[in-house]
Amino acid sequence: MRKNGFARHALIETLHTVQSAFGYLDDESIRFVARSLRVPLSQAYGVVTFYHYFSMKPPGKHTLTICAGTACYIKGANRLIAASEEKLGISQGQMTPDGLVSLMTARCVGACSRAPVVLFDGAVAGETPVERVIEQLERWAVE
Amino acid sequence: MTIEELEQIAKSVAAENASYDYEVDVCMDLACMSQGADRLRDELEKAAGAAGKSILIRRTGCMGPCSSGPLVRVEPDNHLYHHVQAENAGSIVSHLGGEPVPELQCDLDDHFDKQVRVVLENAGHIDPEKIDDYIGRDGYKALLTALTEMTPNGVIHRITESGLRGRGGGGYPTGLKWGTVAKAPGDLKYVVCNGDEGDPGAFMDRSVMEGDPHRVIEGMALAAYAVGASKGFIYVRAEYPVAVSRLTLAIRDARRRGLLGNSICNTPFSFDIEIRLGAGAFVCGEETALIASIEGRRGSPKTRPPYPAVSGLWGKPTLLNNVETYANVAPIIRNGGKWFSRMGSDRSKGTKVFALTGKITHTGLVEVPMGIKLREIIEVIGGGVPDGHTFKAVQTGGPSGGCIPAEMLDLGVSYDALMKVGSIMGSGGMIVMDDTSCMVNVAKYFVDFCRSESCGKCIPCRAGTAQMYTLLTRICEGQGTMEDLDLLISLCETIKETSLCGLGQTAPNPVLSTIKYFRNEYIEHIVHKHCPAGVCTIVAPAAEETAEVLA
Repeated sequence: MRKNGFARHALIETLHTVQSAFGYLDDESIRFVARSLRVPLSQAYGVVTFYHYFSMKPPGKHTLTICAGTACYIKGANRLIAASEEKLGISQGQMTPDGLVSLMTARCVGACSRAPVVLFDGAVAGETPVERVIEQLERWAVE
Repeated sequence: MTIEELEQIAKSVAAENASYDYEVDVCMDLACMSQGADRLRDELEKAAGAAGKSILIRRTGCMGPCSSGPLVRVEPDNHLYHHVQAENAGSIVSHLGGEPVPELQCDLDDHFDKQVRVVLENAGHIDPEKIDDYIGRDGYKALLTALTEMTPNGVIHRITESGLRGRGGGGYPTGLKWGTVAKAPGDLKYVVCNGDEGDPGAFMDRSVMEGDPHRVIEGMALAAYAVGASKGFIYVRAEYPVAVSRLTLAIRDARRRGLLGNSICNTPFSFDIEIRLGAGAFVCGEETALIASIEGRRGSPKTRPPYPAVSGLWGKPTLLNNVETYANVAPIIRNGGKWFSRMGSDRSKGTKVFALTGKITHTGLVEVPMGIKLREIIEVIGGGVPDGHTFKAVQTGGPSGGCIPAEMLDLGVSYDALMKVGSIMGSGGMIVMDDTSCMVNVAKYFVDFCRSESCGKCIPCRAGTAQMYTLLTRICEGQGTMEDLDLLISLCETIKETSLCGLGQTAPNPVLSTIKYFRNEYIEHIVHKHCPAGVCTIVAPAAEETAEVLA
């Protein structure tokens, strides 16, 4: 916040910083940011819920993100999503009850030439077959 | 910084490069990185040290044919290697100065011969994190020449003369836009760069920002000089962390060199740039929504006019252009407007970068002159559809564009020609589909995308996309009727006519273009309850319960 001179228009920047530090945005942190920047709480809350990038749920220990951009979709990303959902017993956007894995989908990570793209804890893996995803999920499970 | 100092730096860069016997460029773009390009570079450094040769190992931006990655180029031997793994480092180093490594040799002459590189001229040749590399390839020369020898009007005139049109998709003449902002009253003006490449399946802007960030900065500075702005913003997607860090570094380096900041090149011109992060909202690619987002608000579009050129960021005149548009500016100022307008077709000048993806042999980034036939891009540059499948359609313009069928492959690529067939140029994503892609399903995918990305401000878009999705889902599941199809078409027309911003106005494009060219697939789903491509899961039709969706 200091870097941006407590400017009101730096709301999104500030929320990014908070999310990258804590992994998600809870009520308390949104209130704190709104108060510090002298932005109405309704605006801060509106911004958080409007943008897909902000999450109000804590992430699991590991995050499996499957890109659902057009190129990945054409190359069968929906099969990857379905297989992961079945394996984990949750649907996209959720976390396993034990807090181990969050299953997310991304709009496009810009690695379309290597579709379908999967991010294992943020590391990009291109041309990923279903088996590779299942294998990684099993590896996380035994850790 | 003066022109003489700039030339001095360029000379010393050239001298330093010449002091090495060999140069090994390693593509470190996202696609190559995901296949181990960073480990490859470490191994190359080790191998170079062990061999005792004087080798410059350089990390570069995207070289283009991502499907052949990781890529390595060796100079002065001029060999390009593909699918290089860390284990190959030793043999690459030992073959330097001699014959190329046979098993790694990349033969993509067809792929490169048809391309003309303006925006991507430096990509694959410079280290994006080194400002001197950019200066060594004529970087910032255009800016300093303009500041010392040209008037702001002269700059605008040159851009107008070049015939450059906005590369974000709309194709608005850039010179005209700059002129409007320059004429707008007010002493505080802004220059904004739209790097919110939300269109899924496109990554040209990411590659430019990651591979050649200074080119964007120089273009923006030239624009600021032309329109009389003193402050710039680059709006980048948060999903592109590498682009953000490279741009941050590039801005810092440019400030240190006196190419940004106060009194640039001892002239009264002052200009500085800040980076603003997006947060995952497709609608923020729309100019008024983007401005709202920079101001720290929800990205909802506003009615135009007033256009941002008159009243934009904080109510001030604002020039808003796409990354690729700015990337074209420096070469135009350097080489003249006529040089640029000689390339391309009648009303679409210059070159365009496309991200070629989907069911095609050589995926990656290509830059082609406008007017080139789609067939050449797909069959020659892209190498055609792999695995013996047949080409069905190419989708351009992302969720706002349309699908172009095989019969129209001889179409020359230009803003107007694509518009005429029901698609748009868009930012440059080109997704190839073969006989295993179901066009109804593709339409459903895009509608689903627009439905979730709709900001919810105007009803045609918010409710209309949801109803389109319901209808398409029914058709995909084999429960649609012919009336549904007619309803869908009339719904599309309504949304197109009545939506507030570009997102809603163009959301029906994928549906309308697929109905126009692939009506038989829709009929196949509706009448024969069968998906020709085998993608859709047909649910046994429930006879009675097809209640009217639109009450």
